[in-house]
Amino acid sequence: MDFLTSHLLSLILFLPAVSALVLFFLPKDEAKLLRWFTLGASLIPFALTVFLWTQFKPDAAGFQFEEKYVWYQAINSSLHLGVDGLSLTMVLLTTLLTPLAILASFNVTDRIKPYMMLFLFLETGMLGVFMAMDLLIFFVFWEIGLVPMYFIINQWGSANKEYASMKFMMYTMGGSLGLLLGIQLLGALFGTFDLAAITAKWAVAEGFLLGFPIATIKTVVFWAFVVAFAIKVPIWPFHTWLPDAHTEAPTAGSMLLAGVLLKLGAYGFLRLVLPLYPVESYNYAGALALLATAAIVFGAFGSYGQKDFKRLVAYSSVSHMGIVVLGIAAAAFAAGKSDARIAMNGAILQMFNHGLSAAGMFFLVGVIYERTHTRNLDEFGGLFPLVPIYGGILIFTSLASLGLPGLNGFVSEFLVVRGAFPLLTVYTAISMLGVLCTGAYILKGIRKVLHGPLNEHWDSHGEHKLTEINTREILVMAPLMSLILIIGIWPAWILDVINKAVMRLF
Amino acid sequence: MTTEFLIWLIPLPPVLAFFLIVLFTNKNKALSHTVGVGAAALSWLGAMIVFVRALGVNELGREPFVSSINWLPTADTWFKIGVLIDPLSAVVLFFVAWTILMIFIYSIGYHNFGQPAGDHDRPGLPPHGATVEEHGHKHVVPSIEPMYSRFFAFLGLFAFGMYMLVVSDNLLTLFVGWEIMGLCSYLLIGFWYAKPSARDAAVKAFMTTRIGDMFMLLGIVFLYSATGTLSFREIFTENTLRVLATTTTPLFGLSAAGLIGLLLFIGTVGKSAQFPLHVWLPDAMEGPTPVSAMIHAATMVSAGVYMIIRIFPLLSLDPKTVTVVASVGAFTALFASVIALAQNDMKRVMAYSTIAQLGYMVAAVGIGAYVAAVFHLITHAFFKALLFLGAGSVIHGMEHGALHTGDHLDAQDMFNMGGLRKKMPITFWTNVIGGFSLAGFPLLTAGFWSKDAIFAEAFANGQIAVFVTLAAAAFLTAFYTMRQITLAFLGKPRSKAAEHAQETPWTMTVPLIVLAVFAASYGWVGIPKDFPVLGGILPNWLFEFVGGTLSVAPREAAFNYIPLLTSLAVSIGGLFFGWLVYRNVESAAEDKLQIPLLKKKFYVDEFYGVVFAKPMTWFSETFVSLWMDKGVIDGVLHTFGRLASNTGSTIRNYFDKPVINEFFGDGTAHVTQWTAKKLRPIQSGRIQQYMLVSLVVILALAGLLLYLLRLA
Repeated sequence: MDFLTSHLLSLILFLPAVSALVLFFLPKDEAKLLRWFTLGASLIPFALTVFLWTQFKPDAAGFQFEEKYVWYQAINSSLHLGVDGLSLTMVLLTTLLTPLAILASFNVTDRIKPYMMLFLFLETGMLGVFMAMDLLIFFVFWEIGLVPMYFIINQWGSANKEYASMKFMMYTMGGSLGLLLGIQLLGALFGTFDLAAITAKWAVAEGFLLGFPIATIKTVVFWAFVVAFAIKVPIWPFHTWLPDAHTEAPTAGSMLLAGVLLKLGAYGFLRLVLPLYPVESYNYAGALALLATAAIVFGAFGSYGQKDFKRLVAYSSVSHMGIVVLGIAAAAFAAGKSDARIAMNGAILQMFNHGLSAAGMFFLVGVIYERTHTRNLDEFGGLFPLVPIYGGILIFTSLASLGLPGLNGFVSEFLVVRGAFPLLTVYTAISMLGVLCTGAYILKGIRKVLHGPLNEHWDSHGEHKLTEINTREILVMAPLMSLILIIGIWPAWILDVINKAVMRLF
Repeated sequence: MTTEFLIWLIPLPPVLAFFLIVLFTNKNKALSHTVGVGAAALSWLGAMIVFVRALGVNELGREPFVSSINWLPTADTWFKIGVLIDPLSAVVLFFVAWTILMIFIYSIGYHNFGQPAGDHDRPGLPPHGATVEEHGHKHVVPSIEPMYSRFFAFLGLFAFGMYMLVVSDNLLTLFVGWEIMGLCSYLLIGFWYAKPSARDAAVKAFMTTRIGDMFMLLGIVFLYSATGTLSFREIFTENTLRVLATTTTPLFGLSAAGLIGLLLFIGTVGKSAQFPLHVWLPDAMEGPTPVSAMIHAATMVSAGVYMIIRIFPLLSLDPKTVTVVASVGAFTALFASVIALAQNDMKRVMAYSTIAQLGYMVAAVGIGAYVAAVFHLITHAFFKALLFLGAGSVIHGMEHGALHTGDHLDAQDMFNMGGLRKKMPITFWTNVIGGFSLAGFPLLTAGFWSKDAIFAEAFANGQIAVFVTLAAAAFLTAFYTMRQITLAFLGKPRSKAAEHAQETPWTMTVPLIVLAVFAASYGWVGIPKDFPVLGGILPNWLFEFVGGTLSVAPREAAFNYIPLLTSLAVSIGGLFFGWLVYRNVESAAEDKLQIPLLKKKFYVDEFYGVVFAKPMTWFSETFVSLWMDKGVIDGVLHTFGRLASNTGSTIRNYFDKPVINEFFGDGTAHVTQWTAKKLRPIQSGRIQQYMLVSLVVILALAGLLLYLLRLA
């Protein structure tokens, strides 16, 4: 038990990667074994995370469950892990969504072994970013998360996968270059990559590095960070990789891409940019709010303008992440004030909530795509009588995405709007246009797929007969739907952890 | 059980019923409606107990039932949610509980419980009837609704939303209930989702009300950030209100109170279908009739008015806001009444009359007639629920006749009806009570007393413009009400279906009778003290009780004969002319009011289509998706991509290929090759030649060695 609690984070972090290596030695034709092994392997980190959640003390200051191992002594970088309320929430989201994504992939028959291995490596990559307390480690895991996703899209994606995976890779790499440069500069400046140490020395550093004043160096690093994270979120107008990548990725890939990978960017803002650069953050908060508003509004209208069901859902992520960014902008604008803290609570909860509803939506699109081999909204129509259970689940999840009060999205959107309104009144008011349009595209999706006269093509007695959602697929949705409802009705259990972290961070 | 705890419990049974039906009992129709009606009955019981206990409290306005718990952590404080029963919510709870229960019971009969399954019915379409064989004859009878269980589930969720809204002590949970009802109206208006008209009406209802909701949400966050709370009892304190009234905002010179009030009021404009967001409500008639009653009487539209009555202390602070409220209400009342004149669909007439009556209540709030607004809200809920359920009963009877005769006609068109009073006596008499109450028939009906209260207040407050507008609307109301009664029930049948119409089952008529009792008698609890002859015989209980909600109790308007006589004249006059004009009209062609402008509802829908709907689609599909994202942003990206790839090919074509490949790479190869070619003759394979060469080399090396040694 002692070993467990003292190594909890590294167990959660490396178990998926170790499992992937074990998977490598399993016979490649035993589909069942590969699938169930992977699912089991991904459930252990989840169980450990639940344990972590129960052991975590929201009231205690600083990071908890810290672990530190020698890694690259020559440049003072160590494998330093730790969680606070902010990262804990994201770790929970990651370890929850990964098993679901794997369960959702049970229908994949093409090269199962590498597919499953990539997902496990991906999980380690994502978790590492959330747990890292060392900037170089942060960057390493940031990149580890990128590579598996590239191959997942490139190898298992749909028609336009080459273009989409290339765009995703190049775009994110473009951001990562700056990130690496920025981290190197900070490392050179402070002689360490440890986040806590850098934070402690941050203000006192003076003088010159490579002939430049330190203030200039810091500004360069600021912009390098901002660009890298902005691409990942994505912040408008860096968003166009998202609809392509999400649409072409296989279902489980889209689930994790929208569910977790987008959060990495927002997490970067919260963990690095805002705490290290309060002044710059304040100066550019208005610009950030403007871009957030653009994302919310244009994302929503873009979504409404789609004919491809999956693209419609992908664009909705742009809009929903815009709400996260609006919350971050408000927090940057008035750090320490209670309005800012409320907005920040909302932004972090919105990250979690979007993870649930976006993963659910992408999965549901996948369910119907697998059966009909089309995503074109005009080719569906009136499917509700054929698939009543699927229809009910789709409506429920759509409404969560719409932000219906009583479900999770409303709580976080309300908090962001509440916090941002007194600080960024005009932007918040304009954002309402996007929230209004959210209703339009959500209802468009339901209207085109489920309602209206039945498209007889799917009712014929031949191969086209549309079949109902099966038990495995319901099991993927059940945890998501339960959490959506629970957070909608009783958000305090998670919001309290977030709130206490926010109170200390900002 | 403490009253406070009981209040928490009131909204729960219907929502539990929703989950029970959806998850477990949906295959069993009888079990599903038992669960649904049982839940409604439990909530009704809870509401009645709370109501009776509320009556027993002296000065409930000062000492209301309250209870709250922590809900959201917000920085260093908690946002609390809770329940509140003060006089206003007590009287609203009373009518909500009654109407909801009646609608649940009525739905059993309306959806043909006990009838066989239809021949070709499918989920998503209204039932088409079933063929049965009796005594060797085949004939068609109404068939049970295929989605019967689902209907009760949705109705349960709807009831939950309304109860939650009424018992809330704060604007946020009120808004939650508000939005849940919005969702339910979407689900229920689009209940027969396979019909394109129903599907589109559902989307229209949701989107139109959502426009109002977005403004309302802004109002809520504004209020929350200005006062730090959303609890009614904390906001309506003297201090907070004074601060809100004196804070200025940059918009239209409104005070903070005025702007917040205006934003919240826009929510009401959407929800209570006031001009210019009224367009969704007539289309909402696509839903099954019990839904129309639910939306138009008991719950959703009432919620909008309830909200502005709730925030009256805040709303009344800024004279500009109040003027807007009064004007919107009065204009809507007249506007909708005019449109109602030319409608032939029985339910659409009622829909426009609902819009108009809500206009009365909104106008009443706007002129400061607090109690009169509540009064009309309650009486309207009873008589409008009655009228909708009555209309449903008529349509049901007509459909029965149509199935029997095999006619395919519009069972809702009043020009297909006629003479139904003999076929459907209970429906007829209850409809007359409801209609007369709507028209404000003197003394005997509840509608008279509540409408009269609004007239009296408008006149006493010097709001002559509002008074005249509302009076004109009242005349039109009485006129089209009598038109409807005359066309549907009096005279001779205009179709075979009407000849074979049949009275509906007890599950439908009993709710009609119960509601008719309230539609007639509820007015007697609010007779003004100074009313000639009758005043003072019964105490004006409603005024005393509801007035106690406000911290400064309002005073009754002084009695004046002018509003009373106006009220008498317009209601009796309207009814009389309605009968006179329509008693002999045989078909729509003879109706002189079928003017295109009115039939097309002043072309508002068409106008919105051109100005909002079309541009929005263009903006989304063409501007954002095609031009901005694919064109400009991806264009820039692709330019970068091309730039990189062009740089690459330039380097390849002009440096790599000529310099590296051809000069160094190929050049080295050429030189090597040439040398090799020249050297090839030495590799002859003849041992003698190799020996010779070796000898030469050895000699040369030896010579070199000697030379070097000598030098050393």
